[in-house]
Amino acid sequence: MSLMTEVGQKAFNLGVPIAVHMDVTYRCNERCVHCYLDHDDHGEMTTDEIKGVLDQLAEAGVFFLTFSGGEVFMRRDFFELVEHARSLMFNVKIKTNAVMIHEEEARRIRELGVDTIQISVYSHRPEVHDAITKLPHSLERTVRSIRFLREQGLRVTIANVLMTANYSDHAGVQQLAAELDAQYTLDPTITPMMDGDTSVLALRIPGEELKQVFSNPALVENQEEFCAPPKAPSEEDLEGYSCSAGHSFCYISPYGDVFPCVQFPLPTGNLRQQKFLDIWNFSPQMQEVRSIQAKHLTVCSSCSHLTSCSRCPGLAYVEGNMRGPSTADCEKSFYRTGVPTANMLRLGLSKPQSTTGDTAHLIQIRPIAVPA
Amino acid sequence: MPETCTYIARSSAIAARALAGEMMVMNSADSTFFTLNEVATAIFQAADGRTPLREIVRDRICGQFDVDPNEAQADAEQFVAALSSHGILKVSNQPLSSEPAR
Repeated sequence: MSLMTEVGQKAFNLGVPIAVHMDVTYRCNERCVHCYLDHDDHGEMTTDEIKGVLDQLAEAGVFFLTFSGGEVFMRRDFFELVEHARSLMFNVKIKTNAVMIHEEEARRIRELGVDTIQISVYSHRPEVHDAITKLPHSLERTVRSIRFLREQGLRVTIANVLMTANYSDHAGVQQLAAELDAQYTLDPTITPMMDGDTSVLALRIPGEELKQVFSNPALVENQEEFCAPPKAPSEEDLEGYSCSAGHSFCYISPYGDVFPCVQFPLPTGNLRQQKFLDIWNFSPQMQEVRSIQAKHLTVCSSCSHLTSCSRCPGLAYVEGNMRGPSTADCEKSFYRTGVPTANMLRLGLSKPQSTTGDTAHLIQIRPIAVPA
Repeated sequence: MPETCTYIARSSAIAARALAGEMMVMNSADSTFFTLNEVATAIFQAADGRTPLREIVRDRICGQFDVDPNEAQADAEQFVAALSSHGILKVSNQPLSSEPAR
């Protein structure tokens, strides 16, 4: 077990929120075709409000802090927020489209000691990338910004969201990342719109193509292990939990709403009305999420995929039951291994039948966390 | 000849947070990650750039842990050298500025 994993497990066992994802705005200068956000400002937290929240997060033990959006640089006070976060000694990661980063911004990011900048790139071809972002010359501007960041010696990760429009371009984006000396991650997350509109799910990769993704050695390391048939869960596995959502991780919206995870839209409290630790420790919703063990899962507890499935409780919640199966993850488990899931067998399906689309990370194994 | 003082200060490039009494430290320059035990955490938290290392060892280590003073001083110097080599601590024979530790 790596030191980082050990620390993560310790935080999980102690119920310490070691990592927080904070969206500082939903406003954006791009209009990506797959984006799930409403880009209007419905009353974002002010600079002072966010600084106050950061103070509370530091006191609560948060170490890993991700600033995201929307586009974070749409906030004129963004550097002030990062500066405050760094003065509180958070490990800061920024997710951005980078379009607004020039030499001066890149220098400032380095001076502030930001750990990593994750940047969305959809294709190495401008006509494909710009058609997805709906911002002319956005690929050119993003790539130029990545060069500025790399010149400062900053770590850059290129996040490549895969969808029907760019499915064949992942090799080109990987090559671009290598040329820019940036890390590459596959991030094929297509989520329903915040207002419940599921039309964007038509953009997701069809199941048969998932199989090709999983069997591509350029995209998946340790393929033999990744695609191995599942092992039956043990008694100990049934005592475990799904993921870190609500245990050692949570999400904060630009309006101060706290959720177990960015993909788990269960409101647990608002920071304009309550202290962070009161929500974290005492919110009935947070406590409910935290109480769910593998043995409590209505279908998945009897599934052979239990310990290797990336089952997302947030996606299950979106489907109607946070203890139920997440169809999108059933689909992934099936196409990864060729072995039907308990949910498929229950429904008498020989192949998965998506209901809400594939909204979780594809290249991911999230083992059940077993309490110490 | 007067004894030379060693001053230690936390680097501004690091992230740090206490978890159950132990300090997690990460250097953003190279993402090296450390956890410090209770004694090392006490030294790290006292690294304000103004208090000489000898004083930190005397007050924060020997005062709170059952340890031989000479052995504690030697261990502290070794610990400081190791963290300095990873850019976590700045070391000088003059007072320094430091980031607060939480």
